[in-house]
Amino acid sequence: MTEGIKEEIQTRAKERKVVVPGEVVVSGDEYLPGEYTRREGENILAIKFGLADISGRVVKIIPLFGAFIPRKNNVVIGRVTDITYAGWLVDIDSALSAFLPLEEAPRYVNRSEMDAYLDIGDVIAAKIWSAKSKSVDLSMKGRGLGKLEDGFIFRIIPSRVPRVIGKEGTMVNLIKDKTGCKIIVGQNGWIWVKGKDMDSEIKARKAIEFVADNVSINGLTEKVEEWFEKYDGS
Amino acid sequence: MAVKRSDGRAFDEVREMSAKVGVIPNADGSALFAFGNTIAIAAVYGPRQLHPQHMQNPLKGYLRVNYDLMSFSVYDRKRPGPSRRSSEISKVTEWALSPAIYLEQFPNSVIDVQIYILQADAGTRTAGINAASMALAHAGIPMKSLVCSVAIGKLDQDLIVDLTKEEEDFEEGEGATDFPVAVLANTNEFSLLQMDGKLPPERLNEVLELALKVTPKIFEVQKNALKACVGGKDE
Repeated sequence: MTEGIKEEIQTRAKERKVVVPGEVVVSGDEYLPGEYTRREGENILAIKFGLADISGRVVKIIPLFGAFIPRKNNVVIGRVTDITYAGWLVDIDSALSAFLPLEEAPRYVNRSEMDAYLDIGDVIAAKIWSAKSKSVDLSMKGRGLGKLEDGFIFRIIPSRVPRVIGKEGTMVNLIKDKTGCKIIVGQNGWIWVKGKDMDSEIKARKAIEFVADNVSINGLTEKVEEWFEKYDGS
Repeated sequence: MAVKRSDGRAFDEVREMSAKVGVIPNADGSALFAFGNTIAIAAVYGPRQLHPQHMQNPLKGYLRVNYDLMSFSVYDRKRPGPSRRSSEISKVTEWALSPAIYLEQFPNSVIDVQIYILQADAGTRTAGINAASMALAHAGIPMKSLVCSVAIGKLDQDLIVDLTKEEEDFEEGEGATDFPVAVLANTNEFSLLQMDGKLPPERLNEVLELALKVTPKIFEVQKNALKACVGGKDE
């Protein structure tokens, strides 16, 4: 790679451009099409509406909108919609409903008392242990997973979850520290918040919504700290 | 060009376009698109589970479009509810949009698109397709490209672009001709060709070339509206 190309790649990486489907993100044989892009001759085109991210030679799109697509090992928050003989059906706000088998409950549950453990309408945090094109299977075995009691849940656009969590959880930990709330962020965009009082819960929700509304801003963590100062001042 | 158009436009000039994305907060994606006095809004829901279950396809998702005129959109009140005309336009809109969408990524699912015409002054299906393709992009649906649509028409023997109702009803000479066209943006692929009227077959290429000349302008409007909704800068 020549110096000129290297420089160009670096400057492009800094300004994340908003692209629409069918728009040329970059052109040149030195680039490789990554997630949500395709190659057409020399050009690399976007196939989703979002931010173009060029790291090194790989070009990918970070979607800004869109429904949740279940992937393995995602932690999601869902609501029980039905009880079958072998487990629970859970609505995880995606095109497919998910299944939580009886064996994947964290403790032994008697088949005749399934509704006493998890009833229709109960909210759970679970992990996806397999996501096929026809079915999604959940597990509740693991740290932080299980039935969610008290607190409240709300929804954000699923594609903004990574920004709410931040790099290695920095953003959500910041919000936890500042509000003293317990927060579970599901990859499907459902967020559960539980604090010691209503005010801190509302504060946490507003902070998360602030993050979700400003995903395309650089240096968001500092902006959130500023936001907290302003919120506490008013 | 022998005739002058009543609103002073050039033969290849579309009416003033306006577009806005994110007009319906409860939808997964939504957009408004207007050609002059024709205003269309589109809302996209999904991908979500398809019911009835026997319509589910394990290989491919299903695009379900519903187009309708609001009862106040035309001069004589339109009786609300589906009609022969609206079901036809829903179907052709479905066909116009589906080549642009990677439907195979959504087995057993449906993507619902609702298109409503708030104000009609000819070219409603084209405005609806433009709005729907923006709404689909806004909903994060993977697409080959946006779909741009425009109606080509004829005043006697002269081809014109984006007819108004007045021009559509111009019966003199060869008679009124309306030729709605949809193009996958930045390609030469047509996903919708319809005709109502008379056109000599040898002039078909002229129509298609005219369409390819104006659709990039529509794409610009769609692109800028999408970028404006995330505060991205217009280029």
